[in-house]
Amino acid sequence: MRAVARRDDETRAAVRQAVSVSVATGLYGVSFGALSVAAGLDLAQTMALSLLMFSGGSQFAFIGVVGAGGPGAAIATAGLLGVRNGLYGPQVAPLLGAHGWRRPLAAHLTIDESTAVATAHRAGPAARAGFWWTGAGVFVLWNAFTLVGALLGDALGDPRRYGLDAAAAAAFLALVWPRLGGATGRLARLVAGAAVVVALALTPVVPPGVPVLSAAAVAILVGMLVRPGPDDVAPDDEEARASGGGS
Amino acid sequence: MTWFAIVAASAVCFGLKLAGHLVPEHWLAQPRVARTAALVTVALLSALVAVQALTTGREVVVDARLPALAVAAVALVLRAPFVVVVVLAALTAAGLRALGMP
Repeated sequence: MRAVARRDDETRAAVRQAVSVSVATGLYGVSFGALSVAAGLDLAQTMALSLLMFSGGSQFAFIGVVGAGGPGAAIATAGLLGVRNGLYGPQVAPLLGAHGWRRPLAAHLTIDESTAVATAHRAGPAARAGFWWTGAGVFVLWNAFTLVGALLGDALGDPRRYGLDAAAAAAFLALVWPRLGGATGRLARLVAGAAVVVALALTPVVPPGVPVLSAAAVAILVGMLVRPGPDDVAPDDEEARASGGGS
Repeated sequence: MTWFAIVAASAVCFGLKLAGHLVPEHWLAQPRVARTAALVTVALLSALVAVQALTTGREVVVDARLPALAVAAVALVLRAPFVVVVVLAALTAAGLRALGMP
C-alpha cells in the first residue's frame, strides 16, 4: 500500500510540474502571435503554425525567414530546428509505450518541455503523466496565447514603433541562451560566434534566407569534424530543456 | 505561397517527430549525431539573432535593435523569464525610437 501511495505522490508531482511548465511556456505564445502578425502573416496562418508545427523554435524561425527568404528557406530553417524533436523520440517512446493513434499524437506533442518533464521522472506512471500533461497543457495554452498575441499584434499597427522587430531578436537570444551556458557550452559558444559572423558576412552577397542556412552548415562541419571532448556540448543538457528554452 | 510553406514546413517538423518515435533507439545514440544536432540548433538560433538584430534586407544596419538586444542579454544574465526578456527588448527599442533613434 505504501508503495502505491508513493507512486501516486510522484505522479501528482509530475502533473504539478507539467502545469507550471505549461503556463510558463504557453505565456510566450503571446510573443509568437504578435511577432507572427508583425512579420506579415495573417491570423489563420499564425494559428496554423501553432496548431500544426507546434514547435516554438521552428515557428519563430519560420516567421523570421519566410518574408525575405521565401518558402524554400523558411521550410529548410524550420525543419532543421525541428531535428532535435526527432532526437527526443527515442528517449520518450520507451517511457510511453504508445500504440495505434496515440503514437502520432505522442509524436506531435514531443517538444523540449514534454521531454524534459517526462525524463525528469522514473519510468512508469509518473513519467507518462509528465509527458501527456505537459504536452497537452503546452499545446492548449500555446495556441490560446498565440491567438491573444495575434489579435493584439493586429490591433497595434506598425511593428517597429513598438519595438517588435527588436523583440524578435530578443526571442531568438532567449531561445539560444540556455544552450550556451556553463563548461559544457564551450563548443556551443564557439559555434554561436561563428554563426553570427557567417550570417552577417554573407547577408550583403547572397539571397535572404541563405545566411542563416549557411550558419547551420558550419555547425554540421564542426559537429562532424571536431573530436567530441568530455566537456563539449551536452546535447540534451537537462538545464537547457528544463528552462523551457524553445519548445 | 505562404500557405504552401506553412503546410510543408509543418509536415517536415511532424515527420521528424514521428521518425524519432519509430526509429530503433541505437540509430540516434551515437554521440556525434546528437552533438551535431545540438550544434545546428545553436548555430541557427544565433544566426537568427544576428539577422533579426542587425540586418535590413541585404544590408547590415545598426539601429535601436542593438541596444534593445543588449538589454535582453542583461535580463537573461539576471535570469528573467522569456516574456520579460522579450518585452524589455521591445520597450527599449520603442523608447529609443520615440527619442529619434532609427
